[in-house]
Amino acid sequence: MGRTLFDKVWDAHVVDTIENGPQILYIDKHLIHEVTSPQAFNELEERNIPIARPDKIVATADHNTPTIDQHLPVKDALSRNQLKQLSENCKKNNITLYGLGHKYNGIVHVMSPELGITQPGMTIVCGDSHTSTHGAFGTIAFGIGTSQVAQVFASQCLLLKKPKSLRVSVNGKLKNGVLPKDVILYIISQIGTNAGTGYFCEYAGDVFENMSMEGRMTVCNMSIEMGARGGMIAPDETTFNYIKGREFAPKGKELDEKIAYWKTLPSDNDAVFDMEYNFDATDIEPMVTYGTNPGMGIKINGNIPKDDSDSFKKSLAYMGFTAGESLIDKPINYVFIGSCTNSRIEDFRVVAEYIKGKQKASNVNALIVPGSQQVAKQIHEEGLSEIFENSGFKLRQPGCSACLAMNDDKIPQGEYCVSTSNRNFEGRQGQGARTILASPLVAAATAIEGKIIDITKQLN
Amino acid sequence: MKPFKTLTSQAIPLPVENIDTDQIIPARFLKAIDKKGFGDNLFRDWRYHKDGQANQDFVLNNPRFSGAILVAGDNFGCGSSREHAAWAIKDYGFKVIISSFFADIFKGNALNNGLLPIQVTDEFLKSVLTHIESNPTSELTIDLEAQMLQTPIGYVNFEIDPYKRLCLINGYDDIEFLLSKKEEIQAFEFKLEK
Repeated sequence: MGRTLFDKVWDAHVVDTIENGPQILYIDKHLIHEVTSPQAFNELEERNIPIARPDKIVATADHNTPTIDQHLPVKDALSRNQLKQLSENCKKNNITLYGLGHKYNGIVHVMSPELGITQPGMTIVCGDSHTSTHGAFGTIAFGIGTSQVAQVFASQCLLLKKPKSLRVSVNGKLKNGVLPKDVILYIISQIGTNAGTGYFCEYAGDVFENMSMEGRMTVCNMSIEMGARGGMIAPDETTFNYIKGREFAPKGKELDEKIAYWKTLPSDNDAVFDMEYNFDATDIEPMVTYGTNPGMGIKINGNIPKDDSDSFKKSLAYMGFTAGESLIDKPINYVFIGSCTNSRIEDFRVVAEYIKGKQKASNVNALIVPGSQQVAKQIHEEGLSEIFENSGFKLRQPGCSACLAMNDDKIPQGEYCVSTSNRNFEGRQGQGARTILASPLVAAATAIEGKIIDITKQLN
Repeated sequence: MKPFKTLTSQAIPLPVENIDTDQIIPARFLKAIDKKGFGDNLFRDWRYHKDGQANQDFVLNNPRFSGAILVAGDNFGCGSSREHAAWAIKDYGFKVIISSFFADIFKGNALNNGLLPIQVTDEFLKSVLTHIESNPTSELTIDLEAQMLQTPIGYVNFEIDPYKRLCLINGYDDIEFLLSKKEEIQAFEFKLEK
């Protein structure tokens, strides 16, 4: 029987299999940040265990960082202390850190791919559930808890049971204005937020084959929102071309050898998946969410469905929406464009192209937060910063920002925010804040109009 | 980790589906650098109003209910990988969570902290929730060695990974196990990097 992409990468990293138990999986790259690592460092120190392979760890500061005045000391004492801990822990243990202000600093899932750290066939973990992003390269990448961060520190391995395999195929031609974000929001709206639990997902079909690496990252990023630990896309010429020439990517003969290996990774034609879903690209429209989990999504010009369950009613009550209604013309005062889902240069090009020569609506507070210093640099070099400024958008410094509102970038109580981030949970963007997930294009249009509009009318 | 074998306790019902880790512990409380004290902010925005007053409608503030077992709706612990969610539940005093479905990362995090997630059928969950809501002093018993959950409305056997069961019963953690495999890991590493 043929093997899947996931099988090939997984099997190549199994150190040992425990009888009636888990497998020991070797980890090639361990990414860490300030929020989920301090307790793991403490644990090793308390138990007097050294870090096994500091050379396989890369650290960044992203979750708990301000997006203004990054050159000044961080105002919030707790955040400042957490960042200080990260710096000290990295220094003590010889770990590479791209801290605040470093030219490579950025959101962990933006920074690592753009530097060529993320490569096909690798196993990558990080104490962050959106580590699934790196699966865009044909990588087994998944989020782990802090106890597991400590395990990888101690042994460069994890004890895991091999997940089941799931394939989501989308074939056909995407409509105008349907972005990778819409594709993944559509998939989750169709299969639900726990359909992928216990599975590792492969995205297949010509929609993903024709997608850029940045689009593939957006898709794989949200695999966890359907419960899957990770999502992967087979590496191909698009992948190889993206990696070539990046700072830490293999070069010359080494690259040729790697590419030859990477070409063997795609799933065999006769590979069998434990579960399969198939979708038609032409069914997908620009999407918005109306509830408090990412599975509660509809076509932008659709109506909120009706459901009698208490959890559904609780969710709509929180959002201030009623079943059966449309979101078109809902006034929106906040727009957030950023997060590890949509903060790469292509996302900002889409926004700039739409808003160029237009003004944001006067009621809107529009925040643009690049995913990394490198993306910020590109924004300036391509002249996008002037477009944002002229249209009345606020361009900030890189970080996770209002996606999880750990810093000061919070959406006020009761306010709606059309956001390009990944989670619309209650209070995710601030206490009482109401999040509507959407693509960068829908977010841009909302900022200009001050309300949700039927973007399909402008596109077709 | 303390060994876990059996537990008899009252239970607290929380029949909400898709309880995500942002509800269990909101991100603004993740700034600590140790594992202590997260229980104070468990379910913070459901438990307290914005002015800091306790929300009397929330079950943890209802004096009728107490105990070390949380019985919650489907797909518990979805969302972020923050282990702070497991620490908060443990720190508050819970030792067991019963639901009809657990999100992957949360389940692993719970087990790594000696917090036992027990998955039951949808139907059984509903019956248990209904029973506790009208009989708050009823006790539930968990026997991990026998993988059995006893309730006043009947008993069920539950599944748990055999390795994880052994770890919980003996109070072992994965780090000790992985360190015992150091030589094999190094040999693998050598082969990989050659």
